[in-house]
Amino acid sequence: MTFSHDVVIVGAGGAGLMAALYAKEGGADVGVVSKLHPLRSHTGAAQGGIGAALGNMEEDSWLWHAFDTVKGSDYVGDQDAIETMCKDAPRTIVELEHYGVPFSRNKEGKISQRRFGGHTRNFGEAPVRRACHAADRTGHTILHTLYDQCLKNDVRFYDEFQVLDLIMNDDDECAGVVAYEILTGEIHTFHAKTVCFATGGFGRAFKTTSNAHAGTGDGMSIFLRNGLPLEDMEFVQFHPTGLYRLGILITEGARGEGGILRNSDGERFMERYAPTVKDLAPRDLVSQCIYQEIRQGRGIKGKEYVHLDMTHVGSEILEKKLPEITMFSRTYLGVDPLKEPIPVAPTAHYAMGGIPTDYDGRVEIGQRGDIMPGLYAAGECACVSVHGANRLGTNSLLELVVFGRRAGMAMAKEVKEGKDFAAMPDNPEQRTRDMLDTILSRNDGEPVVNVRNDLQETMMDNVSVFRNDETLTTALDDLQELRERANNVVVRDKGKKFNTELMDAVEIQFMVDYAEAVAASAHHRTESRGAHSREDFPKRNDDDWLQHTLFHSDGKGNFEFGRKEVAITRFQPKERKY
Amino acid sequence: MKLNVKIKRYNPEEDEAPHWETYEAPADPLDSALALLLHVKWYEDGTLTFRKSCAHGICGSDAMQINGENKLACSILVQDLVSGDGDTVTFAPLPGSPVIKDLVIDQSRFFEKYRAVKPWMITDGPAPERERLQSPEDFDMIEDATKCIMCGACTHSCPSTWADPDYLGPAAMLKAYRYNLDTRDDGSNDRLDVVDSKDGLWKCYTIFNCVQACPKGIDITRWLSALKRQAVSSQL
Repeated sequence: MTFSHDVVIVGAGGAGLMAALYAKEGGADVGVVSKLHPLRSHTGAAQGGIGAALGNMEEDSWLWHAFDTVKGSDYVGDQDAIETMCKDAPRTIVELEHYGVPFSRNKEGKISQRRFGGHTRNFGEAPVRRACHAADRTGHTILHTLYDQCLKNDVRFYDEFQVLDLIMNDDDECAGVVAYEILTGEIHTFHAKTVCFATGGFGRAFKTTSNAHAGTGDGMSIFLRNGLPLEDMEFVQFHPTGLYRLGILITEGARGEGGILRNSDGERFMERYAPTVKDLAPRDLVSQCIYQEIRQGRGIKGKEYVHLDMTHVGSEILEKKLPEITMFSRTYLGVDPLKEPIPVAPTAHYAMGGIPTDYDGRVEIGQRGDIMPGLYAAGECACVSVHGANRLGTNSLLELVVFGRRAGMAMAKEVKEGKDFAAMPDNPEQRTRDMLDTILSRNDGEPVVNVRNDLQETMMDNVSVFRNDETLTTALDDLQELRERANNVVVRDKGKKFNTELMDAVEIQFMVDYAEAVAASAHHRTESRGAHSREDFPKRNDDDWLQHTLFHSDGKGNFEFGRKEVAITRFQPKERKY
Repeated sequence: MKLNVKIKRYNPEEDEAPHWETYEAPADPLDSALALLLHVKWYEDGTLTFRKSCAHGICGSDAMQINGENKLACSILVQDLVSGDGDTVTFAPLPGSPVIKDLVIDQSRFFEKYRAVKPWMITDGPAPERERLQSPEDFDMIEDATKCIMCGACTHSCPSTWADPDYLGPAAMLKAYRYNLDTRDDGSNDRLDVVDSKDGLWKCYTIFNCVQACPKGIDITRWLSALKRQAVSSQL
């Protein structure tokens, strides 16, 4: 079938839902296409908070927030976008509150705020309470509230429709998307005046991740396959505190409420690395420190984890402000955080890089201002870039809401100003049909799981917190072979109805594409910055690398790089100390 | 240890009726039940179909019947399901909704009922400049209900739902409670029009199956009783 909407949004997490609300409010006819039911989106897994200088607990200012974000980004975040976000943050939180988000409250009845990594007062003096939260289920309550608002506003949803391609016509205009309806196995085309991707991240490319099974980065690969670039893919955040072996997230809010990281000597090791903010240093630094401790033989029981000690924090805070992570620890590890420390290790968490956009969500295909009309991206799949080389905790939920809204408004405006449907090419779904038919008709080959395991293993071993020429070359070689294997997997399920195995086979092909973007971009950037730590180039090198990486690929293992300048407005790059 | 994983299978394109299949899977006591299903799908039979996503009990995708009780597969561990090697864990779809395939049910009715209760903030008058104030005590009244992940374990454990497909069921009505008891909301009457009806609150006979089934430990029956009190007092 062909569906037609002014605005088609792909993905129904925080960014997609916010874009939908604002596009709708701006008068556009909106369709939201998502491979999951919206309430299953990974925004719901965000725990600890959403950042805004509300100043409900102590003095704060959006400028301090902006400085922290720039410094957190290791100066490669775009400062115009960062200012936009931090300035808009207090209004955004109030708007969410008015939508009905059930925020935790302080004694005055205002939204409660707590400390988080890298957020400080007065340009780095000491930690500040900036993270607005709903206990430790902040993302969950925002996701559900935004979905409720969409129901109220009659947003049209296409649940469990997996988008597999962009439709680009002969004039290089985007005419819409191709989607596979999981329930029926039908392939549909969506004709749209504007398209916004809000497809999330790709933590599933790594063996240990906090990300959902659905976090397979499909949107980014679809862009690559249509000749569009990805930006700053080398910057992948490893959250310092995933549950040991499982990778399940333990919010930074745990340290914001007083939790302490300890090594096998029981030492509070972050005091050595970040004397001012200690355990509330930003995530790139803390993850690197944890691995240093492990490498120097101070992992717990000689293994690859450290302890997150909450035993002194008290039951009141654990039960009231951190109930979910307390339950996770009890359920999955049998560890009661009240009585014993939680075993934790870094876990692949967040993609700073992605689809290049300006701060209205418009996709940039080259230098700043070089816009692809009608095409937008927002949320984790996008690279605005507000996070640069390292995202601060609480800035992802903020980014979703701020830039999802801006993309929604910009799309509505474009439609209102007369943007028409781009011409639909003949048989726009042919490429998708061929891809699926090829997989379904193959009867010999290896199953998806073997390829996925090997891919996750090589990415974890070679492209995680520490990297060097040797590990990255190994990963790139492995990925060449994995591409071949991914293109030749076999599925046993040949049916039309709810064929999730077929979608697994598609996702593994996509996974090779963006994994290669990550490994190749990491190999390309011969310096250390933020979450990108090169053992063979341990220093930051502003002369050569204070810039964004653009990765282009033909989807067949051939790629090239471009560069894009960083927007610097107020804060000149300095050495980064905490 | 090795376990028998017994799954109620149904493929509408091939099967006339559901049937049981048993697979063998290696397991660690700390593995989740979801890990057993993933093992079967990935290594034994790719046609096995179920929903999953976050794998730690927050997205609500993988509610199903495990050893006869409604559970989230990702949030129940093997050690809580079996006593040892060679034991059997059984998986079936949530009861009470049409089955699409294997463990995947058709949730459209479930979400229609959710929408029917007007699960969004309704306010009179213009919004203030800043956030609306709410005391921690008032927040406490709704906090438990805001934990709901809409997995459906409760509604599909409720005999009233099984008996009457039109009954709104606990998940939808808990959402009505969550907004009706929210001090910031002015839409109680709009929602009471829906829940104070023959398909609503009064078919909750406080059987407490929902409370037992809820993977988030929400005291659902208590909140539905509070909603009943609100319905009664609004008549006075």
